[in-house]
Parts: sequence; structure tokens; C-alpha cells
Amino acid sequence: MTQVDNHPEHEPNDAEGYFVDGSPLIDKKQPTGPIAERWENRKFNARLAAPANRRNLSVIIVGTGLAGASAAATLGEAGYVVKSFCYQDSPRRAHSIAAQGGINAAKNYKGDGDSVHRLFYDTVKGGDYRSRESNVYRLAEISRNIIDQCVAQGVPFAREYGGLLDNRSFGGVQVSRTFYARGQTGQQLLIGAYQALERQVAAGTVETFTRHEMLEVIVVDGKARGIIARDMVTGEIETHLADVVVLASGGYGNVYFLSTNAMGCNVTATWRAHRKGAYMANPCYTQIHPTCIPVSGEHQSKLTLMSESLRNDGRIWVPKNREDCDKDPRDIPEEDRDYYLERIYPAFGNLVPRDIASRQAKNVCDEGRGVGPLVGDFRRGVYLDFAQAIERMGKEAVEEKYGNLFDMYARITGEDPYAVPMRIYPAVHYVMGGLWVDYDLSSTIPGLFVTGEANFSDHGANRLGASALMQGLGDGYFVLPNTVRDYLADGPFEKIDESHPAVVEARESVESRINTLLSINGDRTVDSFHRELGHIMWEYCGMERTAEGLRKAIDLIRGLREEFWRNVKVLGSAESLNQSLEKAGRVADFLELGELMCIDALHRKESCGGHFRAESQTEDGEALRNDEEYSYVGAWEFKGDEAQPVLHKEHLVYTAIEMKQRSYK
Amino acid sequence: MRITLKIWRQADAASDGAMHGYQLDEVSEDMSFLEMLDVLNEDLIARGEDPVAFDSDCREGICGMCGLMINGQAHGPDVTTTCQLHMRSFKDGDEIVIEPWRSNAFPVLKDLVVDRSSFDRVIQAGGFISVNTGAAPDAHAVPVPKDKADRAFDAATCIGCGACVAACPNGSASLFLGAKITHLGELPQGQAERDRRVVNMVGQHDHEGFGGCTNIGECTSSCPKEIPLDVISRLNWDLHAAMRHGH
Repeated sequence: MTQVDNHPEHEPNDAEGYFVDGSPLIDKKQPTGPIAERWENRKFNARLAAPANRRNLSVIIVGTGLAGASAAATLGEAGYVVKSFCYQDSPRRAHSIAAQGGINAAKNYKGDGDSVHRLFYDTVKGGDYRSRESNVYRLAEISRNIIDQCVAQGVPFAREYGGLLDNRSFGGVQVSRTFYARGQTGQQLLIGAYQALERQVAAGTVETFTRHEMLEVIVVDGKARGIIARDMVTGEIETHLADVVVLASGGYGNVYFLSTNAMGCNVTATWRAHRKGAYMANPCYTQIHPTCIPVSGEHQSKLTLMSESLRNDGRIWVPKNREDCDKDPRDIPEEDRDYYLERIYPAFGNLVPRDIASRQAKNVCDEGRGVGPLVGDFRRGVYLDFAQAIERMGKEAVEEKYGNLFDMYARITGEDPYAVPMRIYPAVHYVMGGLWVDYDLSSTIPGLFVTGEANFSDHGANRLGASALMQGLGDGYFVLPNTVRDYLADGPFEKIDESHPAVVEARESVESRINTLLSINGDRTVDSFHRELGHIMWEYCGMERTAEGLRKAIDLIRGLREEFWRNVKVLGSAESLNQSLEKAGRVADFLELGELMCIDALHRKESCGGHFRAESQTEDGEALRNDEEYSYVGAWEFKGDEAQPVLHKEHLVYTAIEMKQRSYK
Repeated sequence: MRITLKIWRQADAASDGAMHGYQLDEVSEDMSFLEMLDVLNEDLIARGEDPVAFDSDCREGICGMCGLMINGQAHGPDVTTTCQLHMRSFKDGDEIVIEPWRSNAFPVLKDLVVDRSSFDRVIQAGGFISVNTGAAPDAHAVPVPKDKADRAFDAATCIGCGACVAACPNGSASLFLGAKITHLGELPQGQAERDRRVVNMVGQHDHEGFGGCTNIGECTSSCPKEIPLDVISRLNWDLHAAMRHGH
């Protein structure tokens, strides 16, 4: 069902006055022909660089998660000169490590009817038809090679007694295509990629720069030719030049301050590239995960995700009456409980998709029926109750199935979830937006490639479970090495040195920014700005958005940004390990990104994926997509601090799949 | 809660360090240990004092970035990472001593931040299986018995935090090393390089300045991922086997 005719052309866009319409964006690398042959053809047509020439061609890779480490290892093996950068003390610590559930692959080892086409279909549908079909098909296709590669590296996936790999189904998919390593799949895959990377370090093809943060991209004659990085231990500002720059720097969910992302996850690498000419696509697409441990107080720094598998046996409820919210839940009789998911969605009950479960939890808390401690004047939590499961299956069976999760919950909250219902609340988990890339994963700056969560391309408006790992490794092991090779075949490239005006300009802008941050010497800590920004983002650009709320958010962010540059307090010096300075630079970029996210959300007057615009809903309150008007990727061009951003639309065309409205009633 | 902290402060690798005392009056038992330090740092910044530098990233017990000696124990009194330790493990009025990881192979960079790049170099010496991208056979081509896969997995859960080294009176990294040797050595894919791997990794371990193992067991009892002590037996067995094979 598609909404039509409600938006005549003359009706002003909600975001009018906040942006400028630009020319349509066309992916010139987009292949044509039968969808199953597109990637094969692209690989064949990609030009080659002879082995002897490769050692004269250089690549910089920022980030060492699944996408970055796999790309660095693979390009190193191929013989290019690779420099790999990460802000952590070791490449092994990138946040891909925290992924729990698994990685999808269309191996059909279970013979249950899975196929490349079915994985492709599920992924496009799950993303609410806002991803690019050629990219998604390629992802499904190479998913099979990813598993082979990881097993050969020694990744200890779960196995059956016959010695073959085990699979499970995930996220409501009807086939068992998820490969897993207990609840640590991300860690095991990352360690595999990290080991492949360290093997290349030993072989001399890759040089690693740990505790380094990229602060600027160097663009010479329109092409990316290097980065400015800060050695986070000595504070030294370093210039690194190369023929190609790859950003594999992850997502920006920490714009919300509280999220499941690692503390250091930031937007600086991609935001600096955006300011230099790389378009930022669909920035407002955020995935909210429904089952996280709720906030316990104002001191909270981080949210912890609990596996979604809990929803298989736990029942979600809140009190029917507000007066009961601070009671011991065991004293609230059955007739005073509202099992709201079971009530609203009888067919799917507690197993509705992530976006729906999240939004309904927020709704009941907004009604004042949330449970748990008051944080500010608000209770943010709903019960996830295993009392009936324990009665039905016995405590031992529950313990066997979910024991490690219950232990983790008990450690963090200090409550015994076997005795009292757990409390959960949605949290920001992953961003589907990111730098715009073409089919070759090239941004709008030639020579600047973007992979993994840092790009926008494969998950549309909502990411299915177990798909993020697939994209990270697929991009790094299989896509990028083929497309970068085509770009590098133009080499050798003109040599540049550190005295080039573009290099000097990039370096000076980094130095002046650092000096400004250190010289403001105001009254407020960086964290206090970050918290306030996060609060604005969550309140007005979180699960549910309205035009009014988004306009208010933009005003608030502009005010906060102005105060930041006048009143932030950053102590210490630039020439030392200075964690406040690191945070200040990142929060400064988040303050700019946050505004663009709100403008993107404001202009897209449709509900889509995890992004619910209150103005676009069905009569019974479900998300209503608007394919007539918004079946495009919104790619934003930066025009200057004082100028409005320019919106370029890449229209999405589906030839291999039919667009449908999702329904879970 | 009211907590007294004694924290190691050291401006940089070249400077001398010393313990400094701090007082926190409103610590909630729901705070994680690192959130308690965040609160301290906010206070310090407000007073114009340099905040305490410490490492953390995922804050959910898996990245291995955080690590502090708390009252002389690696990661503190509970068997978990520092980020998953909560203040309810302490009492009102407690004094808590916080130091960086203790090891010559982990030099202090500032305050509580240490350099663990020696671990990366130990992995570079052979902690991998040599397979180029795209050259892998189908994943089902080589079956792996479930007990072997499970044992490999138990060893592979090492997060490289360095608690084993910090806890060891000898400053040995044998648990870290044994975990990787066991992880790769249990799998059929890891056999081709098994002898070379152990010899090179042990050589690098010693070269980095880690101490020898005398089977005291502090490593395994402080390991947040509960890596079993017998991975060290496996390490020794593999090392002797490699020598018998002429390495």
C-alpha cells in the first residue's frame, strides 16, 4: 500500500528554508543487465595493476574494524603499500568486536530453501526499500565467500557433532542462515581479520598506526591524496600521503551520547570528508535496538545491549495504571498489567520487528507508564518478564538458554532477573546513514573510498540482524580490493609532498582548530555539551519525529553549538595524551552532524524503517512509507558553515524486486 | 557512598609518577567503576585540574581496552573487566587504590594508560593462519570435531586485555600466548604452521620482556574471560614438540 496524492507538488517541504535542492545524483558505476551477473561483470571490467607496479601504489585505511582490517589485510597481500590507522591501542579493539548475534550467509547448508536471491530479497525488504538493489545483491552473493574465508582463518564458528557448521535463524527470518560463535561472533570475526592484518604487518606490506586519529582528509586537484592524523600519545600532527584513502571508520550513533557504541566511536573521519566534498547520505536513518538495559542515572556513560533472543520467551508488559509504576512488579496482579505488544500485534506478539517493539516501548513510557528508577522526572523502562517461562520450562531450562544474559543483567543492575522481571528500554545501536558511495564504494571525492558502517549503501532504512558483519567483511575482503584496483590502474600518480598548498592548508586547519579548542577556556566540560546534544537528538530525532520537534531541535543544536565554541573548557596541552581534547574535537563534529540529521529527518516526511514520522502513519498508528515521493537516497552536499546544505537525490530503481508495504498485524 | 581514591598520576612515559588522593562524596552503587572515574574527572576539570587518563572503549566487557589494578588486583575484586565492575562491589567509606597495569612490557604512557603493543607484536610473530583472501576452500570442506571446535573457542575468547600479565608476579604473558596457541592449534587449519608458530611467538614473548611462567595461576584467576590454565600446558607441549621436530 502506497500513500499517493497527499503531497501535491506545490506543497512546501517541511524543511523548506533549511536546505537547497540540488541536481539529481546518478551512480555512474551502477551496472545494468541481469542482476546476478552485475558483480561478475564489474570485476572483469575492473582494470588490473601488475604485481611489480603495486609496490609503487599506496593506500591509507582509517579504521580497523571488520571493514578496515579485512581491507588492509587483503590489499597488503595484493602487494600495495598500506598504512592502517586506528584510535585504539590495538587494531583488535575496534567496535565490530562487540557484535553478538551472528553473520548471515546464503550457504543453504540446511537445505531449507535459502539462496542468494532470498537473502537479497529479505535484506531489501528489511531495509524498507531504501537501499540500492545492485549493492545488496552483491552483498548476498559474496556472503558465501566470507564464511569460507573466515573458517580458513580459524574463526571458531559453532559446529555440530558431525564437524560441520551450525546455523540458526535470526531476526524473524524464515531460514537458518546465521553463522555464529556463541554470543561473540563479532569478536571472533574481528580477531580473524586482525590476525590476517598482523600477518601482513610481519610481511612488511602493512604499517599500523595505533592511537592515531584522523583529523582531516587531504584533497589535491579534486582527489583524495592523504590524511592529517594526530598521534594521540605525543600530540604530534602527522601528514600521511597516499594514492587512495579508504574510510572504514564506523558509525556515528554516539551523536546520541548514550548508545550501544563504544565510547570512542565518532564521526570525525567521515564528517571531515563531508566538509571536503563527500556527500553524506540518509544521515537520519538510525537503528534503535529494543532490548537494552535501561539508564540507571545521570552518570550513565553507555548502554548495554541484551540479545534479542530474550524476546522468544520473555513477555513484555507495563502497569495499566501509572500509580503502580513504582510498585514491586510481583505485587501487580495480572489484570493490572498491560502486555501491550501482545495486545496490539496479536499475530507477532513480543516478536514484532525491532523498530515496532522499540517505538511501542517509548509510547508507553511517554504515557507515564514506564518502570524502573526515575531519571530526571521520567521512568524509562518496560518489564521483560520470565516468570511464566520459568513456570513453564523450569528455572534450569531458562538458565541453560539465557544464563549468560541473566548474569550480565544481574552484574550491571544488581537485580536478580530470575526473581524480579528484567527492565529493558530501546537504545541507539547502528546507523544506516553514512557517506554516499557509488557501486565501487567511491565517495563523491575521487580516490576516497568508504566501507562498512561508514557508508550508507546496503541496509536501507533498517538493518536486519546479522547483516552488519556481513557488509563489513564483504566490503573489505571482496568488494574494495576489486574496485580500488581499478582506480589504482590509473597510476603511477603524480608525487606530492608536504609542501603542497593543499597539504599545508589541511594541516593548518587541524592545528588552528586544536588551538582554538584549547584557548576557549570556558566553564563547561565537553561531556556536558555531549550529554545535552544527545538529549536533544534522542528527544526530537529519535524513534519518533515530528516537523515541529525537529525544527525545535535544530534551533537548540544551533544554540548549543554557538555556546560550545564560546564556553567549552578543555584543559591540558596539544603536545600530550589529552583525552578531553580528543573528545572536544569529536563533539564539535557531532554538533554539526546532529543538525544535518535533523534537517534530513525533517525533509523526509514519511515513516520508514526505524524512522517514524508522526505525520506519516496509517489509521491504526503504523509506519506509512511514501514511495511516490521518497523512494530515493538523500545525499547532502556541504556548502560552508553559513550556507544551507544542498540535497541531491539518487532515485532508487528496483528491477529485480517488487516494493511492498510491511505489515505485522 | 563516600569513597577515597588513591590514584597513580604520571604526566608521561618519561616522568616519575606518584600516588594522589581524591575524595568522592556522592558515588552511586549503580555506577560502573569507570563511570565513577568519569564523575571524578568532571569534578577535576571543573576545578581546573588535569583529569585522570585511563583507557576504555566498548564498556561492555569485550574490547579489552580497559584495565586497572584496583586494590592490587587486576580489574578489581570481581572476575570481570574493569568496565563491568560496579560500585556496589565496594562499601561506603572504602579507600580504593588504582594503579596502571604492572609490567615492564607494558610501559606507562600517562596516568593509568599503558602501551600494550607488545601483544600485537607477539601475534605478528605467528598468531595467524596464512591464507590469502579468496583462496579459501568451501567452509564445509574440512569438518572440525565439535569438542575441538569448542576447545578452540574457549581459548579464542581471550580479549587481550593484559590482566594475566599484570596479575602475574613474573610478568609473564603465557596465558595470552597459550590461548592463541591453543585456539589455532586445535583446528585442522592451524596445523601447517603449528611448530613454527609456537617457536616464533615464544621467542617474541621473551624478546618483549615478558617473564617466564612458574605456574602460579594468578593469570587465570584474574582473567575476565576465564581462560583455563591448561592452555599453558598446551603451549609447553607444543613448544617441546616443535623442538623435537628440529625447530
